[in-house]
Amino acid sequence: MIRFDQVSKRYEGGKEALSRVNFEMPSGEMAFLTGHSGAGKSTLMKLIIVMERASQGQVIVNGTNLNRISAKQVPYIRRNVGVVFQNHQLLFDRTVFDNVALPLTIAGYQPREVGRRVRAALGKLGLSNKEKQYPVALSGGEQQRVGIARAVVNRPTILLADEPTGNLDPELSRETMNLFDQFNQVGVTILIATHDLDLVARMGKRELILRQGRLSEGES
Amino acid sequence: MSSGASASPSSRSLTDKFQSWFRHHRGIARDSLSQLLEAWVTSLMTWLVIGIAMALPAILYLLLGNLNELGGDWDGQPRVSVYLTEQVSVSDGRALAVTLMDEREVLTTNYISAQQALDEFQAQSGLANVIASIGKNPLPAVIELAPATEHAAELNLLVARLEADNRIESVDSDLEWIERLQALVAFGERFAIALSVFLGLGVLLSIGNTIRLAIENRRAEIEVVKLVGGTDSFVRRPFLYLGFWYGAGGAVMAWLLIEVSFLFLAGPIERLMTSYGNAFGLTGPSIVDTFTLLLCGGLLGVVGARLAVSKHLHTAEAR
Repeated sequence: MIRFDQVSKRYEGGKEALSRVNFEMPSGEMAFLTGHSGAGKSTLMKLIIVMERASQGQVIVNGTNLNRISAKQVPYIRRNVGVVFQNHQLLFDRTVFDNVALPLTIAGYQPREVGRRVRAALGKLGLSNKEKQYPVALSGGEQQRVGIARAVVNRPTILLADEPTGNLDPELSRETMNLFDQFNQVGVTILIATHDLDLVARMGKRELILRQGRLSEGES
Repeated sequence: MSSGASASPSSRSLTDKFQSWFRHHRGIARDSLSQLLEAWVTSLMTWLVIGIAMALPAILYLLLGNLNELGGDWDGQPRVSVYLTEQVSVSDGRALAVTLMDEREVLTTNYISAQQALDEFQAQSGLANVIASIGKNPLPAVIELAPATEHAAELNLLVARLEADNRIESVDSDLEWIERLQALVAFGERFAIALSVFLGLGVLLSIGNTIRLAIENRRAEIEVVKLVGGTDSFVRRPFLYLGFWYGAGGAVMAWLLIEVSFLFLAGPIERLMTSYGNAFGLTGPSIVDTFTLLLCGGLLGVVGARLAVSKHLHTAEAR
């Protein structure tokens, strides 16, 4: 599903964020990406949604070599990858419903279908009674769940999460992880970047460790 | 994520796609307009700026159109007055008038003898005593020609030919001032074009700048939209509609300014023209003019927005 083949990323100014990274995630796998800040976690994730391009090597997602796609095709690649951000990236001038509906509106779904899917996603995340509220009225955990609802509403085959529990208390972190686990159960490939090593240990999933741009596998 | 079979966007029929496209556009058009109306004070300012910039050349164009009409409709046709030398007798003059009818460029001729001219002048001017004191009729006999052509070049040839005749003292044609008027109008039109280009550029830049600010304000939204798979055109669209509404609103403002200016000018101009014995009404913008104005406004808006968007959108992209 996701394959990195000798991938290096060098930013302008010479700093090498990733060097010769190799890994493969089969479809339906859930894995953690750990490492200190600045180790290249974000860069790796950005390569998967083509926010950055590899300087060297191949990034293959869903059978598509991302080195070979044009800028015009990028949005269509992203529609197949849900992303959850640490800072949620919600739009504060829109209701919860509209925030979650955004990927579907972009993809051009019928309003009826949009409504059906958004309610299904909100229901799944326990936000059914919040759809008319604005994000500012929600707690941090609820905002996080809105972000997750938005990431999964389009039923992507891949879900990326960048420090999804970074701002949450342990209780909420555990809940969030359980949610990801549930999505994984229905076949979604999930890669979660985190520095919460306790959490990683608890979940018992594969761990990819980045150290100064180099990738190694953890034992689990 | 709930399961259940549902059509993916790519497998939907063409009609469905068109419907969703249309709904999407209508939604964005409505949203962007209501955004502008919500912040109506700021919007009104922008509309006024655009309106003034559009109204100035438009008013100039319309005035020139009126002036041009004035030249074209002047008494129906230009007149040529052929002044005869004193040596030509009344009967020779009449004969000449008849011969001139044979000229291709001449429609009708009318011979006015020196005596007739004097009688008319005395009757009209009330200067009978002055004339009488001269003792001798100072006025020449004249043949008035109505030319069959309105082309200045042909008419000038005719005038030249007539002036070569030794029975003819001089030839006067009121074509000259029409030519002058037309030259003036042509100059004015050039001026209006230059003015439109400059002010059009101004409109473009001011819309571009307004859109740039809108882009800055919605940077977060643009980022998110791009991250969840929004295409460039999806991101661009609201700004293009915003530009359209700025332009179209500006055009409506321009139209109002034009109407008000013409109401303001109509009275004095009509009085002026009446004093020249000319029934003349100032013509305001026609339906076509108004439509053109709105179209230009909308187009300037979209183009201005497009320029701003292509310049500033990539800087707004998530990195």
